[in-house]
Amino acid sequence: MLERLVLYLQYPFVRYALIVGVLIALCSSLLGVTLVLKRFSFIGDGLSHVAFGAMAIASVVNLSNEMLLVLPVTMFSAILLLRTGKNAKIKGDAAIAMISVGALAFGYLIMNVFSTSSNLSGDVCSTLFGSTSILTLTEREVWLCVALSIVVLALFLLFYNKIFAVTFDEDFSRAVGINAEAYNLLIAVIIAVIIVLAMNLVGSLLISALVIFPALSAMRLFQNFKAVTICSAALSVVCALAGMLISILAGTPVGSTIVAVDVLIFFLCCGAGAIVRRT
Amino acid sequence: MALLTCKNLSVGYGGTAVQQNLSFSVNAGDYLCIVGENGAGKSTLMKTLLGLTPPLSGEIETGDGLRRTEIGYLPQQTVVQRDFPASVREIVRSGCQNRCGLRPFYNKEEKKLAEDNMARMGVSHLAGRCYRELSGGQQQRVLLARALCATGKLLLLDEPVAGLDPKVTEEMYQLIQQLNREGVTIIMISHDVRAAARYASHILHIGRPCLFASREDYMASETGKFFLAREGGGGNA
Repeated sequence: MLERLVLYLQYPFVRYALIVGVLIALCSSLLGVTLVLKRFSFIGDGLSHVAFGAMAIASVVNLSNEMLLVLPVTMFSAILLLRTGKNAKIKGDAAIAMISVGALAFGYLIMNVFSTSSNLSGDVCSTLFGSTSILTLTEREVWLCVALSIVVLALFLLFYNKIFAVTFDEDFSRAVGINAEAYNLLIAVIIAVIIVLAMNLVGSLLISALVIFPALSAMRLFQNFKAVTICSAALSVVCALAGMLISILAGTPVGSTIVAVDVLIFFLCCGAGAIVRRT
Repeated sequence: MALLTCKNLSVGYGGTAVQQNLSFSVNAGDYLCIVGENGAGKSTLMKTLLGLTPPLSGEIETGDGLRRTEIGYLPQQTVVQRDFPASVREIVRSGCQNRCGLRPFYNKEEKKLAEDNMARMGVSHLAGRCYRELSGGQQQRVLLARALCATGKLLLLDEPVAGLDPKVTEEMYQLIQQLNREGVTIIMISHDVRAAARYASHILHIGRPCLFASREDYMASETGKFFLAREGGGGNA
């Protein structure tokens, strides 16, 4: 088995996949804690459907670099959802549901009507579940992914204390003169970037798993924000690596294997948390 | 010069006024209690004073070198906070966020300020504990320590004893009184008129009728007598 793994690792596309996978897992877990605590768990899901719709349009008009369309559209939707979350006529969860299923329907419709591809259901399936796109990354895509991950990481570290404060008590932050709106906007933009990146890894239907499971697992184990954040990043990376290696060796789909490992770890953490609390 | 002056202030949200033409002033060292029925606009008034909601009309002026962002705030608990994985130290330090500006991390001075305020509120021994596991009274002390990190001058407390049992309530009132004696100006929202009459130096009664008076004047007024008698009767029954 180890020999087969070493053999596989000699291919550059497998190495690319592992690098990108680890980076995406790391980034997506960072803001997971904030999103779960702000009751925005579903935003990842909604945005990924928007990204799917944008991807459909991009592939129909034959854009050479799909990111150019998908990233701005997703960012715009993220800002729209987070900004209007509070005082819109249509409340947060309904707005997310509306945008997400709407984008999903239009995306599939556009692909179906205008697509020139011979294998339509294969295309749709790989966009939704990310089946093989992680293994077909070009070198340029890898570098783009690395650059965006560094930006996300740097922003998170620089604004860590502010993000904590705004998540814990937005009113207090605003009362002492912090521009909480700006930080919410920042969170929205970062989330959009992560979603678009993560589409390559797990496909649009499974992204929210990547965002929320590590955070929820870490929250079973630790009682302070710093430890929860670090633990959730570590868990996410380990799960993604394990999932990718299993899928390479066993020939299972990458995205769903990673999420399955995430779910497994979550239940293990639940058990461990319960034992720790009892003693 | 007063620390905080409100002139003909109307507060409300969505364009609808809940309270009109409020005029009052708070001097350094005062202990103002805002009392009134539920729905009279107490919380809206507080949000307006904090700058979270814009006033519908009228003015809020600060004096004595107080900036609008130098008001410490003790909010009511939100749902988010009840299962938030954060240690006491992390929360108290977040009170220093307005001192940082764009600097990403807290410096030594701010960390020391947080430790000092935890000691002042008697929660130093809880510093590493998780906020959601504390009792209601302990949580309020932690949030008070955080508010004190934001300012040493003026504290706005929104129903600080809501949901606390009588013994802890009494301790909380003592703690607030002690802060006031140390020179912190207090503005407190409460629906406990009797506690207001015991501790406050001034009382702002909003609703019908509206009344701003020193404690002595309030207790001598018809409104004060009426509400104190009603509260007293309710308490004994």
